[in-house]
Amino acid sequence: MKTEIAYNIQPFTISIPDAVLSDLQQRLSDTRWMTPIKTTGWDYGVDPEYLQEFILYWKNTFDWRAQEKKLNRFKHFTVEVEDYSLHFIHEKGTGAVRIPILLLHGWPDSFYRFNKIIPMLTDPVDHQRDITFDVVVPSLPGFGFTKSLREVNQQQPMRHSASVLFNLMTEVLGYSQFVVAGGDGGSPLAQTLAIDHPEVLKAIYITDPGWHVQGVDKSTLSKKEKKYAEKGQKEFMQQGAYAMIQSTRPQTLAYSLNDSPVALASWILDRFYFWCDGPIEKSFTQDELLTNIMIYWSTQTIASSIRAYKMETVSPTLTAKDYVKVPTGLGLFPKDIGGIPPREFVERTVNVQHWTEFERGGHFTAWEEPELMAADMLKFFSTIKF
Amino acid sequence: MSAKQFQINIPESSMSDLQRRLKRTRWPDELNNTDWEYGTNLSYLKELTDYWQHEYDWRAQERKLNEWPHYKAIIDEQEIHFIHIKSKSPNALPIILTHGWPDSFLRFEKLIPFLTTPEAFGGTTSDSFDVVIPSLPGFAFSTLADSPGSFFNIHNLWATLMSDVLGYDKFVAHGGDWGSTITEHLARSHSNHVLGIHLTDVPFLHTFQKPNDPSESEKKYFEEIEQYQMKENAYAMIQGTRPHTLAAGLSDSPVGLAAWILEKFYTMSDCDGDVENSFTKDELLTNISLYWYTQTVPSSFTPYYDILHANAFTWIGEKVKDWTGSSSVPAGFAFFAKENSHPPREWAARFFNVQRWTTLPKGGHFGALEEPKLLANELREFFRRVR
Repeated sequence: MKTEIAYNIQPFTISIPDAVLSDLQQRLSDTRWMTPIKTTGWDYGVDPEYLQEFILYWKNTFDWRAQEKKLNRFKHFTVEVEDYSLHFIHEKGTGAVRIPILLLHGWPDSFYRFNKIIPMLTDPVDHQRDITFDVVVPSLPGFGFTKSLREVNQQQPMRHSASVLFNLMTEVLGYSQFVVAGGDGGSPLAQTLAIDHPEVLKAIYITDPGWHVQGVDKSTLSKKEKKYAEKGQKEFMQQGAYAMIQSTRPQTLAYSLNDSPVALASWILDRFYFWCDGPIEKSFTQDELLTNIMIYWSTQTIASSIRAYKMETVSPTLTAKDYVKVPTGLGLFPKDIGGIPPREFVERTVNVQHWTEFERGGHFTAWEEPELMAADMLKFFSTIKF
Repeated sequence: MSAKQFQINIPESSMSDLQRRLKRTRWPDELNNTDWEYGTNLSYLKELTDYWQHEYDWRAQERKLNEWPHYKAIIDEQEIHFIHIKSKSPNALPIILTHGWPDSFLRFEKLIPFLTTPEAFGGTTSDSFDVVIPSLPGFAFSTLADSPGSFFNIHNLWATLMSDVLGYDKFVAHGGDWGSTITEHLARSHSNHVLGIHLTDVPFLHTFQKPNDPSESEKKYFEEIEQYQMKENAYAMIQGTRPHTLAAGLSDSPVGLAAWILEKFYTMSDCDGDVENSFTKDELLTNISLYWYTQTVPSSFTPYYDILHANAFTWIGEKVKDWTGSSSVPAGFAFFAKENSHPPREWAARFFNVQRWTTLPKGGHFGALEEPKLLANELREFFRRVR
């Protein structure tokens, strides 16, 4: 017999207090600009000119209340599950068939990663098969409007998050079967869910194989795989320092990021710039970039979000020896970190049943190319039998 | 060439601006029970910030610093700040001391009296030094050159400073951290002026050029270095690849800057888990304040950037090969107990004419500040041979 726990699901409206906004205005007005090594360009990291323009837009033009209103058009909820008060969006599909899907973001994005794709999944333009999705988008533990209620669990933190989210989908929302999609940190999290609950997860869709696959025995790599791994290593040396800091000394970095809006914007913009299928202005509007940054700033979750890198390094959930048996779809974007991996490389750790290489798009897949990704997800998940 | 006198005088407006920022600090949370494991500890940083706000007296520190004779000279279109303290002894040996990151000319503050007036500390006047302590370009009151790769020109500025500006034809040099790399370059490119050099580490650039015939202890050393880098080197990678991305925030948030610098003083010193075993709050904050007031965080990252760019790897690969065993300038080494790495002597002997090799029982990466007397004794003993 199953024990029934009564979950108290509460409707939630995003409403940042005025005091937070006025404090932010003050900080933005008081910005002490760095004396840059070079006044323009991205050679030394964030372009000082771009950053200054961006901060001035934040201060003078950006309208958080308007963005908040837009975010609140979705149905938001909170519910206590284990040691978290989870925030999530829950939007039901409009079609005869509604596949429950959990969408998992990464860093430095947020639930906002899926802002554009949600309606494309709940109410797709192409209704020919009448398949739609019941979409659930949580703020992951440590991120956004999800709050930790107790001392944070430090044992395999990602596995713990997976268990909390599994309970959200099954116990709280009552779905007996569901699928998951995610990228960046959302990919290994989706894989963990699939490994731990293969009877409930029918399929997963990921946009990268996850960092842990880098741990494969290098001596067994094919020529093509070796080339990919070497390219990745080289890119990591040029681009990976943020991850090194976040997985060794995240707390040291957190002080400036939580105290200075310029610090936070600079740290996050750097990733959006280098990981998009640029130029950055073409991939994201300033309003979009700022809305995401505001989620970190107003919830003061930058410290916990970057700390996750180290926590997962100290007590890893997945290694390259883990294997995902449930059918897995891969949607791969050319400007994602390290480029598109060889299929045999990905097949080492997941049961690849669907493989799409897109012609454009970068790391923030669902945000940058929502139409491409929505159509591909629909194509893959309609082949899965429930 | 001449130098003009200089006094440190931070404007009142900078001081009140700093106070305002400290007061409104928005603290992040911290993972439970992690002490300093995840980085700078929250409760200690709060304590230090509280002291910075309510007890620390910058003007008193400034007055103390201004008791040293400060100068600025224009060399290669760069304004170089330095302290120059002449010993009363007529046959004093001129020495140039070079600091690194995240310290400053303050690294040598406590060492000065031991070198200029050894007789006051149980030594003899024959061991006296004339002391020159410059601020690296882009640090504190020295300006940075416009051209990329300027890190590889600092030793030339130093040679000009010593011989042309101050008129010392023959001199010796000491350094640690970036200071040891610069001191090595100085010996190699200006051996006609440099009588001897003394270092507290083997410049780490050499590990980019590993030999084909490493000894067992060298192999062990390379492994240690690799492990150390995995654990501790992220700051150097971010400063070398994305200096602006980090510096934009450290220039706006004083607690952000304090945390970033403080972590190094904690992890790299022989403080045994309490940073105040090695440094006072005043010492820590004066060094941090120097970075804050002079707005030199971005420029202080340029040595890291220059190493990873400006064809530095080509430069290292080619030049260092030529250098192997090529320098005849006598070199002395002193390793403080908790220095970041302890290479075997044969490793140093590949690149230097090693004449003295000492392991000290105490101290860490900031040994000149932590154990000035021990270091002073090493410098006296070693440089006696070139007087």
